[in-house]
Amino acid sequence: MTVLTALAAAEPYVPRDNPIADFSDTPWWLSLVKALLIFVYLLLSTLLVIWFERRVIGRMQQRPGPNRTGPFGLLQTLADGVKLALKEDLTPKNADKVVFILAPAFFGAMAFVSFGIIPLGPEVSLFGHRTPLQLTDVPVSVLLMLAVAGVGAYGVVLAGWSSGSTYPLLGGLRSSAQIVSYEIAMGLSLVAVFLYSGSMSTSQIVANQRDIWHIIPLVVSFVIYVITMVGETNRLPFDLAEGEGELTGGFHTEYSSLKFAMFFLAEYVNMFTVAALATTVFLGGWQAPPGIAAINDGMFNEGWWGLLWFTIKLWMFMFFFVWLRGALPRTRYDQFMHFGWKFLIPVTIVWVVAIAFLQAANNGFLGDRAVNIFGAERRLASLIVIGVLALLVLAATWIWEGRQVKRAEARAVVVPPEIDPFAGGYPVPPLPGQRLRESAGESQADSSKAVIHG
Amino acid sequence: MTNPYVPLLFFLAIGGGFAIFSVAIAPLTGPKRYNRAKMDAYECGIQPSPQAEGGGRVPIKYFLTAMLFIIFDVESVFLYPFAVAFGGLGLFALVEMVLFILTVFVAYAYVWRRGGLDWD
Repeated sequence: MTVLTALAAAEPYVPRDNPIADFSDTPWWLSLVKALLIFVYLLLSTLLVIWFERRVIGRMQQRPGPNRTGPFGLLQTLADGVKLALKEDLTPKNADKVVFILAPAFFGAMAFVSFGIIPLGPEVSLFGHRTPLQLTDVPVSVLLMLAVAGVGAYGVVLAGWSSGSTYPLLGGLRSSAQIVSYEIAMGLSLVAVFLYSGSMSTSQIVANQRDIWHIIPLVVSFVIYVITMVGETNRLPFDLAEGEGELTGGFHTEYSSLKFAMFFLAEYVNMFTVAALATTVFLGGWQAPPGIAAINDGMFNEGWWGLLWFTIKLWMFMFFFVWLRGALPRTRYDQFMHFGWKFLIPVTIVWVVAIAFLQAANNGFLGDRAVNIFGAERRLASLIVIGVLALLVLAATWIWEGRQVKRAEARAVVVPPEIDPFAGGYPVPPLPGQRLRESAGESQADSSKAVIHG
Repeated sequence: MTNPYVPLLFFLAIGGGFAIFSVAIAPLTGPKRYNRAKMDAYECGIQPSPQAEGGGRVPIKYFLTAMLFIIFDVESVFLYPFAVAFGGLGLFALVEMVLFILTVFVAYAYVWRRGGLDWD
């Protein structure tokens, strides 16, 4: 019921393309403190998630995982970091020295930036100032984040190219092709969100989800975003850039010591960033889940509570990443590209057009007549658009199913009831349910052979 | 805070500083033991394949993917302002956008038919 209300709500248009987070009471030094706090939050989360991933993967594979360093093995990542720092830092003789050193620093720096526009909570008191739990917000926050992600892809290409070695070169190329291919579907899936919230500012998008989280009306966008975010971060089942069996380590094969650690860290920070964006634009950001939000006049939607809800949602995505890694095998590269270019992109474009029509109807561009269903006023045009879309989806699934059946029929191999085992010059065993055709001379010479063949 | 981009620069400075620091101290913290084989390109222990100058030639598919990416990414960037201002523009924006997307779809269909989207 709430879904229909949200989909066909007749509400007037209010322009809202500016951030609503209020930074007027935030002096520059407080911004610096917040930047430092968010940096520490990210770094600690990364240390934890690597441990978390190894433990959960361990459980999924019926083994305990790292449990020696510190309580429950919690310090394992730190120990690995120290170990990496004490390893020799190699620069292969074929490498382009300057780019080889710059690439990991570049990749690492870019990974951190985009977290700055993520709202971690509502307004709180910090050192006597009222300030939002967010580093900054601009009218084009989400665009900025996509741009930074695009620049980050350079780190991968440069690392692969500058190593002067075959595996990293191939890994870097694959990785960049993968990132740019899935960035299109990712960007397009967010267009539906902008249509719905009328803004690219993250605080405004979160505020727009006060009544209903975007995941419900925009579920197709959410699914596409989740698929593309796995592709963007080079995680299983899309970790073709590394593909241990094929390219040893992918673009960072030649890196060692802290340079390798920087790539490793940045990849996990990237995971947090895309998951944080998913939380912000689809799962209500820092807002409490609907049941809890209603308690005591929205008490749990105030102050520092926001950080808790945000962290919980973020870690649900982290578990999802780990779960995918534990459950799915790697895809083939052509299948992966095929899926991205020939399925995700057209589906997303069609979805954006559908949402545009729906929003136009909701805003009253397609007629103002309202009807009364289930005791609420709704625009007739919205209901018609929803009906037409439902019919189109039905037709599409019907056609698709027909094609699947045809394909299955074309694939099915016709098994002749009899087979001559020596027709091709060498003996061929019969398929299940097949009888052997016996040549005249053989059956006369030895009739017991037929019995043995069954 | 008047300019909302300044905090991002702070953040870039912290993150970038950390990254540069880590990369810079890497040669100082570890041991240094020279071995000629260690400096070769790593190919699982076999003799590394000879490298052409500048990395050699790479499959054309990657280049094609990059070109297609530019076309479609620019398209999605065009869609952003439309999506944000949609509520204020009225029916005109909807018609205009459907026409734009149809035009892009023609290009998409062309690329598909010419085999630009096939990997093999």
